[in-house]
Amino acid sequence: MRTVMTGNYASAYGAKLSRAEVIAAYPITPQTSIVEKLADFVGTGELKAKFIPVESEHSAMAACIAAETAGARTYTATSSHGLTLMHEVLMWASGARLPIVMTNVSRAMAPPWSVWVDHMDSVAQRDTGWMEFFCASNQEVLDTIIMAYKTCESSGVMLPAMVIEDAFILSHTSEPVEVPDQQLVDSFLPAYSPEFKIEVGKAQGFGSLVKPDQYMEFRYKAMLGMKEAHDRFLNVEREFKQIFGREHGGLLERYRCEDAEVVLVAAGSVAATAKDVVDQMREKGSRVGLARLRAFRPFPHDEIRALASKVEGVAVLDRSFTFGAAGAMFTEVKASAYSSQKRPVLKNYIAGLGGRDITPKVLERIFEDIQLCTKRSVESEVEWVDVAGLPRRWR
Amino acid sequence: MTKSYAEVPLTPISDTPSTMNLTGFWRVMKPIVDETKCKKCTICWKFCPDAVIELVDGVPVIDLRYCKGCGICAQECPSKCIVMVKEEGE
Repeated sequence: MRTVMTGNYASAYGAKLSRAEVIAAYPITPQTSIVEKLADFVGTGELKAKFIPVESEHSAMAACIAAETAGARTYTATSSHGLTLMHEVLMWASGARLPIVMTNVSRAMAPPWSVWVDHMDSVAQRDTGWMEFFCASNQEVLDTIIMAYKTCESSGVMLPAMVIEDAFILSHTSEPVEVPDQQLVDSFLPAYSPEFKIEVGKAQGFGSLVKPDQYMEFRYKAMLGMKEAHDRFLNVEREFKQIFGREHGGLLERYRCEDAEVVLVAAGSVAATAKDVVDQMREKGSRVGLARLRAFRPFPHDEIRALASKVEGVAVLDRSFTFGAAGAMFTEVKASAYSSQKRPVLKNYIAGLGGRDITPKVLERIFEDIQLCTKRSVESEVEWVDVAGLPRRWR
Repeated sequence: MTKSYAEVPLTPISDTPSTMNLTGFWRVMKPIVDETKCKKCTICWKFCPDAVIELVDGVPVIDLRYCKGCGICAQECPSKCIVMVKEEGE
């Protein structure tokens, strides 16, 4: 069925089609309509699931952890302060090897108080052991949730995943979305069959104490799981394409990068705008390309390294900032590129914080700047874009 | 014995309650009680932060499976009947 829906409804449909069995969530702007829609589905009986209203996001994740440990496929959704309140239990979910899938509607952290798009919340969960998939369209949101369950639950991975929508730009904007048939989804994503779970009549302690002589072996195993997730996701998407006829570009979607002199690396909805800018600049003869970071974890190091060795300049756009350093995506890209045989010029652009629009004009300026940087030295490695009071004009 | 990463499960699952986590293993100093000097005041029993002292006829018996060797019992004992000695072994 082809219809028109918001990113939030796409999330709700993604969870419904994946037949989530337990949903525990707490409402927060701009995630609320995901939870409302799912409550509707459960209320009308369209989705046979247990809906647990909780009193905080910490409890939402705790409930998902408990339900997943009992063998249920679980789903939750949150945003910004809700996600950061979950931080402790996010680590529990991954350490307990529970393949929970969650939508995070990425929104700025306060103060200043803001409800608009910014990747600070998602980026701050980098080390929790969750996969992080940034989406650029509502279709991708729906599809990625289904693919995430299949990836997370596969043997050898068993880790949770976060599917990230940009606040309002995706969450509240309607786009055409193809809603796949339930039967097709069922054939792609069979019922969850956990490798271990709580069993009635069998007393067991989950996540129990291990001494220093045994702790590292568990963390090593989790590392292997995340490493495995890289290839597994690619396979899952290949299979998805065979059944549903579409794909979204693996962990690093490359757009017109083949003969590019400079490329922009960006995540989320801005990457969709950047494709148009690439097309326009190419028409004028500029050899530019876009590499969309679809996965922040597992990070596509090899893909970035291969790309970096072929281009003169790489501009990395971060929609968040790691204070005292640079944008987190930039430091990752730079780390990957360092070991490539030929290192390109690298520069970080901090833009679009707290919902500030990143217009095609701004993206064009970024491309022009990195083109210039390949011909002379980079004056400052990290540049804040479009900040009032700074001498440079970006618009 | 440390098990290989290939042998451990995905996450530790225990068949025993957490009371079976014998946490005395990281002790460096061990309390030794001289029962003949004990005045049965029970101060050590009240002060033990890990609640591992049991009173047998008013005299402390310390459960070394859990005792971390903090030495509070020895410090607080008015009749100085508890002394801390270095653990043997590793």
